Amino acid sequence: MSKKVAFLQGNEAASYGALYAGCNFFAGYPITPSTEVAEVMSVELPKIGGKFIQMEDEIAASAAMMGAALAGFKTFDSTSGPGLSLKQELIGMACISEIPCVIFNVMRGGPSTGMPTGPSQSDVMCAKWGTHGDHPAICLVPSTVQETFEEVVRAFNLSEKYRTPVLVMPDEIVAHMRERVVFPEPGEIPIEPRRTPTVPPEQYKPYDTSFGDVPPLAAYGSGYKFHVTSLNKGQDGFPTTKAEWVQAEEERQVRKVEANADDIIEFEEYQLDDAEVVVVAYGSTSRSGRYAVNEARKQGIKAGMFRLKTFWPFPDKQIKALAGKVKGFIVPEMNLGMCSIEVERNAQGKAPVLGINRVDGEPINPDQILAKMKEVI
Amino acid sequence: MSRYELRFSGAGGQGLITAGIIMAKAASIYEGKEAVQSQSYGPEARGGASKSEVIISEGSIDYPKVTQCDALLAMTQEACNKYSHDLKEGGVLLVDSDLVKTLPKGNFKTVSFPIINTAKNDVGREIVANIVALGAMVALTGQVTRENAEKAVLSSVPEAFIELNKKAFALGFDKAVEASA
Repeated sequence: MSKKVAFLQGNEAASYGALYAGCNFFAGYPITPSTEVAEVMSVELPKIGGKFIQMEDEIAASAAMMGAALAGFKTFDSTSGPGLSLKQELIGMACISEIPCVIFNVMRGGPSTGMPTGPSQSDVMCAKWGTHGDHPAICLVPSTVQETFEEVVRAFNLSEKYRTPVLVMPDEIVAHMRERVVFPEPGEIPIEPRRTPTVPPEQYKPYDTSFGDVPPLAAYGSGYKFHVTSLNKGQDGFPTTKAEWVQAEEERQVRKVEANADDIIEFEEYQLDDAEVVVVAYGSTSRSGRYAVNEARKQGIKAGMFRLKTFWPFPDKQIKALAGKVKGFIVPEMNLGMCSIEVERNAQGKAPVLGINRVDGEPINPDQILAKMKEVI
Repeated sequence: MSRYELRFSGAGGQGLITAGIIMAKAASIYEGKEAVQSQSYGPEARGGASKSEVIISEGSIDYPKVTQCDALLAMTQEACNKYSHDLKEGGVLLVDSDLVKTLPKGNFKTVSFPIINTAKNDVGREIVANIVALGAMVALTGQVTRENAEKAVLSSVPEAFIELNKKAFALGFDKAVEASA
């Protein structure tokens, strides 16, 4: 039997990815350039008995999705830069309360309302540092429409597996361009179930680390009563200032993601075997990078590309290993240098890091990357 | 790797984004090639010059935007002036002869016929001018077969307007062949 195919926008593919992953609750507030996600969810969720709510603003949308997640729903939300700024308070709460949820953020020009219709990649630091305090961060950056579908599915799986919010962040180009999507059959991509308690309600503690770094999460309404707070908490979920508990909990929350970085980080290595100059790119910019690498190879330049699929946790180990082997890194991105900070941190002075940075709402074209390669070689 | 780049341009509201989507869908879903469609997206969508870009290839497509245009449709003089700068040598330019009077100079083939008036007078509805233009672009570029393009058109329009769009597509195709002969 041939698989179902469709010609879709990145935003539309994201919605179908969420539905494939079992999403049954969406709360959001429309914003350019991500509104198509909400449009599709508003049509599709009622058909499967799910809930779609357009809230009064982005903060309320996040609060609604987190409440639903605690009631056992698999929740999704879409937004863009200004909305992501508003959501930071709730993202912090989802981190400390360990609430699984997936937020789809299409990157447009910023800061503030910036350039609503122009592409950008300037939210990648916000994905990690936007909310205050030490916390885990997972952020995925797809570069094709098919990959947008697949990465949203992966985001749901990671959020359940690690009981934490996950961000999926395409730039506006990936979100609005159309390509063919081949839908996987049900079951073809495994779906991570939520780990629920095996103990009876009277023995349940929502942050019981005797079950490991990711404690089981009961659903409100299923007979399990538990407390959730945005304050530092003990294993029973109630606020605490007890030094050893707070220290242990903070460390565990970060550790559950950082110690599993190899499970979370995905990337693509393109023509890296003998590469002397390596493009480090993500999203639509990696498509320009691939074009430039192909052109460079035709001209005898040993170029390659390391394409990020996971931005956070950052692939430190992989970039460190490359740094000892290459003449230089080129980091094209639609911001004034964010990924390049991470590449520089890992290059540790062993290889120069040259940025190509555009914030004028235009994509980085392959010629710019090719020209920069010639500066390195 | 054969990379073919098309740009559909004109005024916001002329349906050129839709024409681009249908061309890409024809290539991607019905012709079995790779295709990417993107568009300028902004205030120009409500008037002023608007564009939709389509890349078609036998192999996978990396950069999703036009680098050197193989085929350009210009439905207004403004769009023609704004978007013809990167038209390739040996490429093709299709314009509405009633609206585009000043043609760019260059080593490419220019085809013109009254696209909007064909829709208005011969098909009977001005609103299908984009499908007339699409039919013409299919004929002039040869990237997808007439049959596959027609399938993509018919799967993209409401049931009640199938005959209207079929006629618009066929007239556009035939007029372009005639005009370029």
